[in-house]
Amino acid sequence: MSPAVTPGTLPGPPAEPTGRAAKTTEWPLWEVFVRSKAGLDHKHCGSLHAADPQMAIQLARDVYTRRQEGTSIWVVRSDQIVASDPGEKAAYFDPMADKVYRHPTFYDLPKSVDHM
Amino acid sequence: MQSSIEVSRQPAVRYLLRIGDTCLIQAQRLGEWCGHGPVLEEDIAMTNMALDLVGQARAVLTRAGALEAELGGTAHDEDQLAFLRDERDFLNLTIAELPRGDFAVTVLRNFALSTLLKLLWQRLLDSSDAELAAIAGKALKEARYHQQHAGDWVLRLGGGTDESQRRLRAAVDLLWPYLPEAFESDEVDDEAFASGLGPRWADIADAWHAEVAPVLDEAGVAPPAPRAFRSTGKKGVHSEHLGYILAEMQHLQRSHPGGVW
Repeated sequence: MSPAVTPGTLPGPPAEPTGRAAKTTEWPLWEVFVRSKAGLDHKHCGSLHAADPQMAIQLARDVYTRRQEGTSIWVVRSDQIVASDPGEKAAYFDPMADKVYRHPTFYDLPKSVDHM
Repeated sequence: MQSSIEVSRQPAVRYLLRIGDTCLIQAQRLGEWCGHGPVLEEDIAMTNMALDLVGQARAVLTRAGALEAELGGTAHDEDQLAFLRDERDFLNLTIAELPRGDFAVTVLRNFALSTLLKLLWQRLLDSSDAELAAIAGKALKEARYHQQHAGDWVLRLGGGTDESQRRLRAAVDLLWPYLPEAFESDEVDDEAFASGLGPRWADIADAWHAEVAPVLDEAGVAPPAPRAFRSTGKKGVHSEHLGYILAEMQHLQRSHPGGVW
């Protein structure tokens, strides 16, 4: 039996831009992840256009960390992200709605454990 | 109409004004891109850098104004020095006041100046003036980033299209004749060097060339042959462009003395 998994759709190659207005759309889109302080996860905070990885990191620094939001930045080409299919949302996520026993609510966490 | 202030002509004060004014006027030119950048992200990057430079100018002008009093003159604050000085009392390098030009002129000037400022701040870490050394510590990190950002753009324009290469070449031809001024020392430099306030600018020329030449080389552009022309902004004698910047920058404080947000 094949697993009931539908891989996310990878976008095809972008259409060739044409005309003057298309100039600014030639740069690929990048997703930006910022870690606010050591020990925490990188969190998705937005996206931007840049010509290459180096420019993407620099512009992410200028656009998303100008108020001291970050200590580390990741950027990922948006077209490299594989996403779950929104059409499969019900099959994917609804079955978990009635399984409260999967929540570890029977434990008391010590106060010193943060970010759980 | 608010009249102009009388600024101390002590060499140590003039040494600081050369640095602070170069930052301030370069900030003004970079800030002109606000809302006009080629892409939104770069627009934000350029205005970030402009704000860094305004911060550096504020700190250095504040120190210069205090030093005026320490050397027996009248103290001035940063606002008086920025908004109530006449053109002849501004001591920025002429290259900073040239019109912002196209994007190639902007990034190439930013590369040349941020490299110069980075090397200056590095040496000012050891200044005999503790406050100036502290300002340098903060400014150095900012200048390093400006140099990296602008340097990358020089390479991109050089290796881009025929048009970007042509514009970069035109920018080198336009800007390079204004650079020798930066590396010629005079009595202001000599006194700063003797007192330990800071380096003679001539003494950072080799380091500047060592950092700039490989980037221009990789970008495929060559500096024009040296010329006899010398700009004189550092001595207070400016191009026709500075007056227009000051008119815009100083108008509000001149018309509404002491006006604040």
